[in-house]
Amino acid sequence: MPKELMNRHDINRALTRIAHEIIEKNKGTKDLCLVGIQRGGVHLAKRLAAEIKAIEKKDIAVGSLDIALYRDDLNIRKKQPVIRRTEVPFEVTDLKIVLVDDVLFTGRSIRAAMDALMDLGRPANIQLTVLIDRGHRELPIKADFVGKNIPTSLNETVEVQLKEEGGRDRVLLKKVKRGA
Amino acid sequence: MLKTKDLLGIKELSREEINLILDTAAGFKDVLGRDIKKVPTLRGRTAVNLFFEPSTRTRTSFELAAKRLSTDVINFSVPTSSVVKGESLIDTALTVQALGADLIIIRHSSSGVPHLLSKNLRASIINAGDGTNEHPTQALLDAFTVKEKKGKIEGLTIAIVGDIAHSRVAKSNIYCLTKLGAKVRLIGPPTLIPQEIKMMRVAVFHSMEDGLKEVDVLIMLRIQTERQGKGFFPSIEEYSKNWGITSERLAHARPDVVVMHPGPMNRGIEITSEIADGPHSVILEQVTNGIAVRMAVMYLLAGVKRS
Repeated sequence: MPKELMNRHDINRALTRIAHEIIEKNKGTKDLCLVGIQRGGVHLAKRLAAEIKAIEKKDIAVGSLDIALYRDDLNIRKKQPVIRRTEVPFEVTDLKIVLVDDVLFTGRSIRAAMDALMDLGRPANIQLTVLIDRGHRELPIKADFVGKNIPTSLNETVEVQLKEEGGRDRVLLKKVKRGA
Repeated sequence: MLKTKDLLGIKELSREEINLILDTAAGFKDVLGRDIKKVPTLRGRTAVNLFFEPSTRTRTSFELAAKRLSTDVINFSVPTSSVVKGESLIDTALTVQALGADLIIIRHSSSGVPHLLSKNLRASIINAGDGTNEHPTQALLDAFTVKEKKGKIEGLTIAIVGDIAHSRVAKSNIYCLTKLGAKVRLIGPPTLIPQEIKMMRVAVFHSMEDGLKEVDVLIMLRIQTERQGKGFFPSIEEYSKNWGITSERLAHARPDVVVMHPGPMNRGIEITSEIADGPHSVILEQVTNGIAVRMAVMYLLAGVKRS
């Protein structure tokens, strides 16, 4: 039976707080943009942009990043990642980029995302926002803004379900089935 | 994921597999529009261009596609004059595989050569044109271009004009476009449209004026001038007069018709410069899309562990 770690209200509160933190740390929204990692991160980035607009009354650019082309596990995975669109319709050079993902785990996706961003230009800096940090890092990567820290074991998975994907907003902790 | 390790022809692909290739190509086209037109996706892989027939554009397109994916690529030149028999052909390919090739891109004047290699090699085989059989990546880039220009393929009326009989491009296009739900028409002289192709869910026209009515997309084929004087058509001038596309003729098609050509063009024969360089032409975009589509094919074949 999966355990619900966050419900709709928890997610909304976390995003509102993170939006405030992002504005505080960056002293406003000047030269700031959000880039979500396909797919969950893209929805969260759009919501954060709306939260930031509600607070600061400023529009903030949002892009989406597909990291499949930069993965380090293509020749060991059995299932091939689907190539999605990367849509960053603005020049990233000299911008402060807040990278947004749903779950931070090994850090390998973030490494891939940083490489992908660097190929688009030379950002002023890259910051990281995640809804869930579940630990077990395999690379020296740390999030700047975290919705919730959740200690997990390796035989568990964290699933972020969002209403944009047709479900309802919640975060679930599940046991991994053997052989899955 | 594609079901097999090889791309031999469109005939062997399902509609879902074709759509997967086209969707994947859209992601790669984004890469081609950037300052840094290269991704590390297939780093450490090796592709070999094994061309037994002369080709500049297709070979260059594959070479560039491989390089954009960070794959090492080698052009294995084969003397075009020598007739390569079954045994020595497989030996050549096995040698290329032993050199470390993960992908072998093959063009050969005999139909079925890629299929033969597919059975004998572990490496992924990509058919870059075999005899009069198929040229699958050309059809895929044509479909990608149509989808990009028209937003869809299903329900469109698409005409292919010219030497259907000797054209592997035409054959691959017919398989591809009919599988995607387009209404395909063939236009040309009876001598250049073989009987068996009429079985392939296509309509056949022997007049440009009739065939072009209501057409959304027009694919002009290159007339192979070496076919002249072999009884297929009386002369180049006569062919051009009856089957060449001109502005007057194009007026019979839909106003937003898109004109494509696989290249190289015979300007003034099958297509006038006015059309080739005009607002309906997407011929140069086809070239760019070719790289994206070939990157997608290489990624889907070599970017996964196959057990």
